Amino acid sequence: MSTDTAQTSAGTAPISWPEEGVSRVPYQLFSDPQIYAMEQERIFRGPVWHFLCLELEVANPGDYRTGFVGETPIIVTRNRTGDIHAMVNRCAHKGALVCHKERGNAKTLSCVYHSWTYDLEGRLMGLAFRDGLKGKGGMPKTFRTSDHRLQPIRTEVYAGIVFGTFHADTPDVETFFGPAMCRILQRNLSRPLRLLGYHSQMIHNNWKLYAENVRDSYHATLLHTFYTTFRINRLDMDGGIRIADAPQPWHHLSFARRATFEAAEEYTAAEVHSANYESRLNGPELLETWEEFDDGITHAIQALFPTLTIQFTLNSLAVRWFTPRGVDRTELFWMYLGYADDEDDEQQMRVMQANLTGAAGLVSLEDGCINEFVQRGTRGSTPGDRAFMEMGGTTVESSEGSRATEVAIRGFWQGYREIMGLG
Amino acid sequence: MAEQDNPDREELPVDPALRARICDFLLDVAHAIDDDRLEAWAQFFTEQATYRITTRESEEAGMPIGIMACASRGMLEDRIKALRTANIFEPHTYCHLLGPSRLRLVAPDLVAARTNFSVIRTMQNGESILFAAGRYQDEIVTGRERPLLRSRTVVLESRRIDVLLVIPI
Repeated sequence: MSTDTAQTSAGTAPISWPEEGVSRVPYQLFSDPQIYAMEQERIFRGPVWHFLCLELEVANPGDYRTGFVGETPIIVTRNRTGDIHAMVNRCAHKGALVCHKERGNAKTLSCVYHSWTYDLEGRLMGLAFRDGLKGKGGMPKTFRTSDHRLQPIRTEVYAGIVFGTFHADTPDVETFFGPAMCRILQRNLSRPLRLLGYHSQMIHNNWKLYAENVRDSYHATLLHTFYTTFRINRLDMDGGIRIADAPQPWHHLSFARRATFEAAEEYTAAEVHSANYESRLNGPELLETWEEFDDGITHAIQALFPTLTIQFTLNSLAVRWFTPRGVDRTELFWMYLGYADDEDDEQQMRVMQANLTGAAGLVSLEDGCINEFVQRGTRGSTPGDRAFMEMGGTTVESSEGSRATEVAIRGFWQGYREIMGLG
Repeated sequence: MAEQDNPDREELPVDPALRARICDFLLDVAHAIDDDRLEAWAQFFTEQATYRITTRESEEAGMPIGIMACASRGMLEDRIKALRTANIFEPHTYCHLLGPSRLRLVAPDLVAARTNFSVIRTMQNGESILFAAGRYQDEIVTGRERPLLRSRTVVLESRRIDVLLVIPI
């Protein structure tokens, strides 16, 4: 592994990108272990803000929550004075996990192996048998606790999300995501939140296939036929793709507006349509909704590079993110949210609408297997084999009025190529 | 702790005939899924029945959202209809293994049952895995011609689902 890292650090690109640019993607990117190692360095430890957790998960002083940035285990804490800190979950002594529980509350963080104990900011406070036992053993006189600590991660809390980066050069969060993305984050997450549910899915594909999938507006009504069968959403709804006005086109918002949904709802309720019987729900409580915003947007799915997606579809607010678990495994986490001041009936509507997404989502469950189909389909491919993505053109620009486009995927790859140095 | 698990709760005796009837019923419900008779499976529920799949973690934290929540038999029927006509997934089957049920008669025609289960999922390439393990928390009405589920909460041990969950547990 160290040889690989040295090689990639030296800039040896293990692939050559097709000359057509980001409308072509070599299949090799989804299975090459050298690429995977390079991503850990250049993306997950690179100049990028990563989702660490929600601020509400570390609500009180002493709260901690563990997680991952890429392969790296991390801890997020709130210290005694209320500040949020993050660090690598790896003892400075032997490298053991310091926190082995997913979440908790503690005065200090203590490694169970040899009792090396850290404060909530990751600074080493003390360790067992430092002065030896009965005058024998112990650390050398030159040992200083201040020379050792848990590796810190820069953090910034924005719209209730704790972001972290390993890199000193990452610009601040607002600059990194750009004003258009930040407006939607503020719209959806700037009120006190309540955690309503949490689960994960192990999907059998490279993480970038899921990153493509959430940016793929072309597939939405083709693969996910629950929408069209029950007339909830259609490709001709008013909406579009907004690419981030940030330094990189990594992020985007896919949105649809209310008017068409209401029409579709009336269409279904009145039973005056050409659709077949199958479009009627026996349990219409699934789609009871209320209007939460006055901007007309009923479906907002925002993908923030590299692994975070925030959805506000009807009244279902969820944050999902994923962690690579090897070159062909990805764990996808779903966290369902409401607002702290939701009325009971509002919360119940969010609970019902949670049926649409997640591991068993009536709308989204196909995404659990479709990326694996690509992973399996591209096995045995040769270095020249690549995906063809010219739907909506070959460039990266916002696409108001149409979601029959692969523009957001091309945006992802444009940023990916640059950060990875795959020219 | 669910009310039906409360050890201090006053219990009426469950006579052997009722026990046999309920245990057969619970097996019939599981086998309907294993045999891909999902439309018939939905008819084991009352019209106003609730069916939820959640996780031990969500349940213990009192969180209302798990993996799936149906507030009526109609929603179950929609799930089955979606599975048959809308949802796309790789073919697979379940094999349910049920543990013995702990029954409590909580009203003259209402039985609360807790049953541990495991579900083995087999894909078309022959791969079998332990897909789910957990417990059913059931309320079964017994006053009619045949028992019916008034509520079923499926509490999964794990909060992590392999690939996807489309066939109910």
